[in-house]
Amino acid sequence: MSISNQKMGLCRQGFGEGLKEVAQKNDQIVGLCCDLTISTKMDIFKSAFPDRFIEVGVAEQNMIGIASGLAMEGKVPFCASYAVFAPGRCWDQIRVSVAYQNLNVKIIGAHAGLSVGPDGATHQALEDIASLRAIPNLTIIVPCDYYETKKATIKMAEYSGPVYLRIPREETPIITAENDIFEIGKANIIYQSKIENKIVIIGAGPILFEALEAGKALEKSHSLGVTIINSHTIKPLDEKTILEHIEGKKLVVVCEEHQKTGGLFSAVSELLSQRKPSKILPIGVDDSFGESGKPEELMVKYRLTKTQIYRKIISNI
Amino acid sequence: MNIEQLSLHANSVRENIIKMLYSAGSGHSAGPLGMADIFVALYFKLLKIDPSQPRWSERDRVILSNGHICPVWYATLAEKGYFDKKELLNLRKIGSFLQGHPKRNLTYGIENSSGPLGQGFSQAVGVALAGKIDKKDYYTYCLSSDGEHNEGQVWEAIMFSAKEKLSKLIVIIDRNYIQIDGFTENVMPMDEMLDKYQAFNWHVQEIDGHNFMEIIEAVENAKAVFDRPSCIIARTIPGKGVSFMENDFNWHGKPPNKEEEMKSLHDLRTLKGRIKSEHQ
Ligand SMILES: Cc1ncc(C[n+]2csc(CCOP(=O)(O)OP(=O)(O)O)c2C)c(N)n1
Ligand SMILES: [Mg+2]
Repeated sequence: MSISNQKMGLCRQGFGEGLKEVAQKNDQIVGLCCDLTISTKMDIFKSAFPDRFIEVGVAEQNMIGIASGLAMEGKVPFCASYAVFAPGRCWDQIRVSVAYQNLNVKIIGAHAGLSVGPDGATHQALEDIASLRAIPNLTIIVPCDYYETKKATIKMAEYSGPVYLRIPREETPIITAENDIFEIGKANIIYQSKIENKIVIIGAGPILFEALEAGKALEKSHSLGVTIINSHTIKPLDEKTILEHIEGKKLVVVCEEHQKTGGLFSAVSELLSQRKPSKILPIGVDDSFGESGKPEELMVKYRLTKTQIYRKIISNI
Repeated sequence: MNIEQLSLHANSVRENIIKMLYSAGSGHSAGPLGMADIFVALYFKLLKIDPSQPRWSERDRVILSNGHICPVWYATLAEKGYFDKKELLNLRKIGSFLQGHPKRNLTYGIENSSGPLGQGFSQAVGVALAGKIDKKDYYTYCLSSDGEHNEGQVWEAIMFSAKEKLSKLIVIIDRNYIQIDGFTENVMPMDEMLDKYQAFNWHVQEIDGHNFMEIIEAVENAKAVFDRPSCIIARTIPGKGVSFMENDFNWHGKPPNKEEEMKSLHDLRTLKGRIKSEHQ
């Protein structure tokens, strides 16, 4: 994934710093964690506000339940674990205690996706978005880099209502700028070829870097113009921006480090099947579990790299 | 198999844990080193198993619930002959059956998949319950840990096992007083586990998890109980055998680097400096 002079950063660092920053302005914010304080970067908040940090132990269901109670009394709980455990272990608590009561609970699913690497399938969340997207009231955000995660964290603290934030473990390329605007529910156009745009790529998360590289390569090699949409908020989907930009395109491509079932590809398909039937090409994990390996090896094996995205588009255009 | 032979196997298992973790470049050190004596006692003394017939229907079952300590399981299975020790160096590598957290693969003696804490415990209860329904003779050994007992699922499984009087279920707990965020009593106090299990109507023993005599005796005692499930709380030293890892929760989830690997192997081969020449 990494290119030698490409600037890299940790999304979870963005989460930790964002939380600390927004917590300075809002003293109702509390942090909860399930025995993963350092790796989720909740420790940045914990060091700044030791009295507002709550160690729950390895008990994700209890953490979400406690958070909902705290939210009933006006607190703004941020709950961090790995995505395989939150939402993985506590889906029912998220559904009823949090979403049904529409409480102001924020859930951080860290170490999401295949790029967790050697820990293997049990620790590679590839179904978290699918499992949460069907829950009413819940907002789902998948930021693509360090800056975007920091901004998303601050925005979700300012927004009132339940939010899920999905972030990876590894360092990822920085593809947004510190001053780019981030609004929950508002997709950003991150690339538009100067030539006529025939392809639109919609993505969320660090895989957008691969999509960008693939898009630029297509433009060069085949004179195919591409529009790339960063759909960081998967729910609610920014329907307006997506519909506007698929106008006149030959192919819609959706990229995500998640099962093809139930994630962004499904969300886009659901929208377009109703509003503008189109050919949509999914780039994602094809109904299989992950496995141990180096992140970069897994990305190749599961066909999520720029070269593979490029080739798949070529053979489908 | 006498105590001396068991300790030799345990030492070999510990050396392999260090080597495989170094080769993997990630993984858990403290728990696996702490549980080496118990795994060796099980596989070399206590279990009714046959590595040449890993699917034998009458075999005792071993279900690992705190899946992150799988390096000790893999190293013990290789030591016992379930597969070639050379495989150990493929831990956590792409294409290997030695996944970062166990993936059920009976060919190599890996009985269950685990990693997300709490799940293996209930799996073990199911395995023991099936044995009871089918009137089988096998014992189900479930390996668990103190940190894992933070999970509600564990207590649900504990209640159920007592209700069903699963007397052929033997749970062995790695009571090493550490988890990721620090000492268990700071993260989520778990003392006294003995009283807790007793209150849930289990047969409970507390032992030194590095004393082979105590381990063997405790399992034999557990087998003599016919009306309740059994729990053995094994007090262990996380990182046991490697001086700079012992009792330090920072070694929960990281592997040794090259220099640390050398130092660890030296420690293991000289009993932490107590004998002068390395025996290998
Ligand atoms: C459901 C779940 N939540 C969180 C984790 C992450 N995790 C892995 S090991 C661990 C600490 C468990 O404590 P213990 O087993 O006592 O650790 P050890 O003694 O081996 O250091 C945690 C929180 C997990 N594996 N499963
Ligand atoms: Mg422990």
